[in-house]
Amino acid sequence: MTLAAPLPAGRTGRARRPRLPVPALLTLVSLLLYAGTALWTGQASALSFEGIVGLLQRMIALGFVALGQTFTILVGSIDLSVANLVSLVAVLASYLMAGDPAMIAPAVMAALGVALLVGLLNGLLVARAGINPLIATLGTGLMLQGVLSASYEHLRGSVPPAFQTLAYGSVAGLPVALPALLAVAFAAYALLRFTRLGAHVYAVGGNAAGARMAGIATERVTLFAHLAASLGAGLTGLYLAARLSSGTPWIGRDGAYDLESIAVVVIGGTLLAGGRGGVWGTMAGVLFFASLDACFTMAGVDAFLKQVLRGAIVVAAVAVYTIRTKGHVA
Amino acid sequence: MTDTVSPTTATTADKAPIARRNRLKRLAGFNVALFVFALLYGAIVLIQPNFAEPAAFMNLLRRAAPLAILACGQLFVVVSGGFDLSAGALVTFTVVAASLVIGGDPALTWPVIAGLYAFGLCVGLLNGLAVTVLKVPSIIATLGMMLSVGGLAMLWSGGAPRGELSETFRLFGRFVIRDVPLLGTLPLAALVLLALALLAAWLLHGTMYGARLFAVGDNPRAAELAGVPVRATRIAAFVVSALSAVSAGILLGGFAGVSVNAGDGLELQAIAACVIGGARLLGGRGTVLGAVFGALTLFALFTLLNILGLPQALREAVQGLILILAVAVTAVRERRAR
Repeated sequence: MTLAAPLPAGRTGRARRPRLPVPALLTLVSLLLYAGTALWTGQASALSFEGIVGLLQRMIALGFVALGQTFTILVGSIDLSVANLVSLVAVLASYLMAGDPAMIAPAVMAALGVALLVGLLNGLLVARAGINPLIATLGTGLMLQGVLSASYEHLRGSVPPAFQTLAYGSVAGLPVALPALLAVAFAAYALLRFTRLGAHVYAVGGNAAGARMAGIATERVTLFAHLAASLGAGLTGLYLAARLSSGTPWIGRDGAYDLESIAVVVIGGTLLAGGRGGVWGTMAGVLFFASLDACFTMAGVDAFLKQVLRGAIVVAAVAVYTIRTKGHVA
Repeated sequence: MTDTVSPTTATTADKAPIARRNRLKRLAGFNVALFVFALLYGAIVLIQPNFAEPAAFMNLLRRAAPLAILACGQLFVVVSGGFDLSAGALVTFTVVAASLVIGGDPALTWPVIAGLYAFGLCVGLLNGLAVTVLKVPSIIATLGMMLSVGGLAMLWSGGAPRGELSETFRLFGRFVIRDVPLLGTLPLAALVLLALALLAAWLLHGTMYGARLFAVGDNPRAAELAGVPVRATRIAAFVVSALSAVSAGILLGGFAGVSVNAGDGLELQAIAACVIGGARLLGGRGTVLGAVFGALTLFALFTLLNILGLPQALREAVQGLILILAVAVTAVRERRAR
């Protein structure tokens, strides 16, 4: 089944113009938007090194979740539980650390371990039980949120100052978490591009039945994708715990990381049906959202108007790819 | 890109048993929600015998009416193969906008209600056009609409509930007809629910439009080849969902009052209600009766948890669990049926 036309609208004839790949184009658009707004509002400081770093810093929290979400969408699944998982990991990490620097490593391990368990549960529900991924991950998300809100009274804690360097420390003028995000993106890219597992991810997303007939253990690939999504959410949770010095049950939901991560993945050119797309598109999508945010702030747009515009922009940005789709989309 | 030719091997001879099996399946799907609801309500009555009185049941019906109406509308989109995530935001918008414009002036009630339905119509049309013409997947398209409509509600109200609803407006959610034979009391909201559910059931199960919607949800390409106007059918489904959200908002504003998060999460609860009621996500199957009982099941569940003294927060957890179980049951049944 062909759900969508290939992205560069298969014009393979002689009039072949060189085209920018989607991530590059999206990055360019984002940066032009950012620079244009900075000049238009006369805020030249936004174009300084610190200004650009500030822009990139806006990418971090959404970046980790979105990288993870890329995997689930590539295999044709989806993960709606990531926002609640972000809150859970942040709360758990700050509770376990309880201000004690010696507990940083165990707490990080435990929090990420819990995240992986949630990913395992999601993966099993989707791949083994055959439950629609939207419902399965919505259900686990609700369960996480409910348990978290009910037990938060007993789970208050805060992270030690040493852990806050993750959010506030800097290496060579760059915030620590920024190279970390880049490293994770590279790892994800390498995994998808150069390993057999990566090839299987695309195969399962492109045509699950065909992949199964070709001997790929599709269930395991889907399971892996959900583990990756949960790990990404876990990293965001840790970062937010460091930035806010303690986790609350609402940070994930307030950031709307579930829907935002899906939106940036799709804006980055990854097909919602799976099988096509990649890491750099997602990173470009995250940059696009970060620049939008920065532009709205520079232009002094009201917070609520920002939301109205954002909704329209998400639809318009996705429509750029989808409008040439033949056939019907649900 | 090649046009996929849909399998056309089904002869008229084996269509009849398929139709019969579909009907059986549909009945079975509806039975699950009814059965679970009866079970839950039985448990409630066991713990709190006063729930056996009709008045208590009517009260449950009144509080569940907005969600049930929302679920009926959402069902149209679900049957068509999509989702409408903007429904909850539209409920919020309805409540907030009504109180701002009416400002306690009863003369404005009817014009405002008409205006709200017109706004709902536009929202539904825009959703439908984004999905059918721009080909944006409905999750993304209605997510964008959710952000925009929710933002509009906040922008207009300034983020805090302002204005006031007129008594006439609140009548729909509040008014209870007393001294009704057999039932004792009869909330107006229950009557509205009954009327709208009957309307939805007729539209989905009794008209050519409904048949087309099922066909589109099952296999849009095949439906198109069979001459179904796929785009118009889909757009209409989004319009039905949006209008149901406005109706739900009017009822909710009536008895819960004005709040800027009146509709938070309702879209997911409505989808959950459809699924519990036996609807298949990604289209092709579902019943209005199932969706209504799915919504009632959710409310009975909330009531039971309340009576058991579980913290409010755990409601969500249990809702999630029920959701997964309901779909797991459907998935297992489908596998067996094959």
